[in-house]
Amino acid sequence: MKKHIAHLALAAGLAASLALYAIAPQLDDYAVNILVLAGINIILAVSLNLVNGHTGQFSLGHAGFMAAGAYTSSIITLSLAPVLASAPAWQAQAAFFAALLAGGLFASFCGFLVGVPSLRLRGDYLAMVTLGFGEIIRVVIQNTNALGGARGLEGIPPYTNLLWTFGIATVAIYVVASLVNSTYGRGFISVRDDEIAAEAMGINTTKYKVAAFVIGAFFAGLAGGLYAHFISYIAPEGFNFLKSVDVVVMVILGGMGSTPGVAAAAVLLTLMNELLRDFEQYRMIVFALLLIVLMIVRPQGLLGNFQRRKRKATQP
Amino acid sequence: MSELLMLERVTMEFGGLRAIGDLDFHIAPEEMVGLIGPNGAGKTTVFNIITGVYKPTFGAIHFNGVSLHDKKANRITALGIARTFQNIRLFGSLSVFDNVRTAMNGRLRHGIIHSLTRGPAFRDEEERIRGQALALLDIFGLKDDADRQATDLPYGDQRRLEIVRALATGPQLLLLDEPAAGMNPTEKVRLMELIHFVQEKFRIAVLLVEHDMRVVMGVCQRIVVLDHGQKIAEGSPQAIQRDPKVIEAYLGEEAHHA
Amino acid sequence: MDWANLTQQLINGLSLGAIYALIALGYTMVYGVLRFINFAHGDVFMIGAFAGLYVHRWLKPFFQWMPEFFSAFLVLLLSMCICAALGILIEKLAYKPLRQRSRLTVLITAIGVSLLLSYGAQLLFGAAPKGFPQLIKNETHNLPGAVSITTEQIVVLVVTFLLLVSLRFIVQKTRMGLAMRALSNNPTAASLMGVNTDAVISFTFGLGSALAASAGIFFAMLYQAIDPFMGILPGIKAFVAAVLGGVGNIAGAALGGFLIGLVETLVVGYSKNIGIPPGFRDAVAFVILILILMFKPAGILGKSEREKV
Repeated sequence: MKKHIAHLALAAGLAASLALYAIAPQLDDYAVNILVLAGINIILAVSLNLVNGHTGQFSLGHAGFMAAGAYTSSIITLSLAPVLASAPAWQAQAAFFAALLAGGLFASFCGFLVGVPSLRLRGDYLAMVTLGFGEIIRVVIQNTNALGGARGLEGIPPYTNLLWTFGIATVAIYVVASLVNSTYGRGFISVRDDEIAAEAMGINTTKYKVAAFVIGAFFAGLAGGLYAHFISYIAPEGFNFLKSVDVVVMVILGGMGSTPGVAAAAVLLTLMNELLRDFEQYRMIVFALLLIVLMIVRPQGLLGNFQRRKRKATQP
Repeated sequence: MSELLMLERVTMEFGGLRAIGDLDFHIAPEEMVGLIGPNGAGKTTVFNIITGVYKPTFGAIHFNGVSLHDKKANRITALGIARTFQNIRLFGSLSVFDNVRTAMNGRLRHGIIHSLTRGPAFRDEEERIRGQALALLDIFGLKDDADRQATDLPYGDQRRLEIVRALATGPQLLLLDEPAAGMNPTEKVRLMELIHFVQEKFRIAVLLVEHDMRVVMGVCQRIVVLDHGQKIAEGSPQAIQRDPKVIEAYLGEEAHHA
Repeated sequence: MDWANLTQQLINGLSLGAIYALIALGYTMVYGVLRFINFAHGDVFMIGAFAGLYVHRWLKPFFQWMPEFFSAFLVLLLSMCICAALGILIEKLAYKPLRQRSRLTVLITAIGVSLLLSYGAQLLFGAAPKGFPQLIKNETHNLPGAVSITTEQIVVLVVTFLLLVSLRFIVQKTRMGLAMRALSNNPTAASLMGVNTDAVISFTFGLGSALAASAGIFFAMLYQAIDPFMGILPGIKAFVAAVLGGVGNIAGAALGGFLIGLVETLVVGYSKNIGIPPGFRDAVAFVILILILMFKPAGILGKSEREKV
């Protein structure tokens, strides 16, 4: 029984998603919206956690991968829209799935492009470079008329629902958790804890870092696709550095390296965003203070436990 | 070539500083060799060159006849060289057990896909790895600590764990970088026994860098002495102790500090 | 070859570059002394501009009694002092408790401070851009060959030069400057030699912030509008400038700043010729960052640091 716990958890999660979708008509729209947003944030947080938390590669460009997925999937469904309008429902769903997947794959390709040059960079420099990549993606979109430029894309068919959202969230959690908890996956954590020791123990740190970026970007792309098909309108400004910071706050709050922690933090912060919606001006200030206080008082977040090497890199 | 490890005319320069100059050095299979010298002689640099952390400016390194030139550190480990570090570098957030099994990654047949699908082949291999890791910990008396966080162990146990972790990679040559640092005399005696035990049971060669002369003399069959990056003497422990160049190198160091 | 256009672009590029250089100096000095990227530095630049706006408002009644250049100088000086104090305060409250932590932890805190400053400014001053007052009468001076330069550009370039010279004097010829260099070179030795680490760090933050304030005033002068988020992009670009020149190297930061200003202006000015849309101006700095870190991470004038194993 214990041997199959991962598979059982996956099945349970998918079943729960189905159940949630089934009772959706009985919930009011507002609640459904918040749930969908929470689910999307869970995917973002869990996928970023693989890169930042488990592998210790601090990425500030996650929004860029989200954008890649959002735009790719939207272009596909928008182009197919006239055809799908008269097609049976299952074909529309299949097309949506294919579009999401394409978005995720393109995003993971972007993840590869970002990961490879970043390999030798140290923590804070890596953060700045990933920020740079995220901004480059945003600027490219902003200056490409075919993608709607600064005006954005609208009229994206609203295919996203609770089943898609929480189904993919379940898969994301399953992938990251089961990966990290295998002998192979412990390699990710060894790269974070001590890269030089990891190399000395036979771990190909390059492969792990790139893998983390690629997998993390894949799910960010899926999240982007879900988001685009949820609010039906996307613009490059929505995928800027501040969006990346949003996800980073979730990962830090939840505890870098704790999958359940960041999932919980994602839900918490989604709720907080809603509560503070009327106080939009104060929302980011609250976030900012949260970040500062967390770093001073409890940098490991709610559930994290890792110990970063406290010495500076240039000390023996 | 019967030698396990062969360094020929190895030179290491950092900018204008020549850390190692024209070093010829070899280790035979299952041999216990010590590398000593005053502070700054370049001992840890030699380790870093052998394990691929530094690329030598000049010279050749061969292990089992295979050139180590331009190979990445993890490739060199796969070839059969493992090491410990001067300042303990355990995987701090992982448990004792995880530290050991992570080092067994080189022996895995499954990778990412299997870790996700988790079929019977995966589960069997995970069980096998688990058994091997626990057995290894048991040999060194760390099995009961298997689930403790590695950094919660007392200092001496952490040093021992680092050696166990290095052994988990299945090496033919083990590099120990000042394993006795920070130990009291009783712990040092146990360390010497441990090193003998490791060499006999696992049939591997050991290269030891150490400042404590009793440990070096008690463990090593042959000693190489470095000073300012050059080899100044080589031979049995007895010969080295009487070698005037060695005495002067160490006395010279003492004179500086006087 | 349109030399007039090129010269004009160079003049514009150098003026922009002066602003980046002044901000980059703050990054590089703080990095030299504390080894971390003060992400909030760009927002101090923004606060400098707003400080200038409000100082000008409060003191305007008194300006009728003094020559124009003096009143402008007063606005500049007071803004620099305000931001110096702000920089010192931020260091004491947010960064000092984290001195022993990893560089990444402090960077995250710095991001928090940056958000606090920009959103706080939005709360206080409103999100809409504000016009910046005319500090000095601006005239366009026509130079030979269809090239022109404005009074403001001249002021920016001249005062930046003076500030750079003063900075070099402080760093090379004063005791505090010596302490800064010592701390930057070898922190342990410096404190063992009796250097008051806290005082030097505070001084460094104050100095860097004052320079950022001057950059803010110059930016506001040249581009005439300020808003709470004006600091984010210039801040990141100035960071790139510091890396380009060699992080920790003061001359490098100035060099990097001017280079980035020039490249950005030239890319926009010649966008039709090279086929890059002018909207890509912001991406220029990021591309430079990626290239530099891939091929020469130590920067143009920097030395690389090795991790000791």
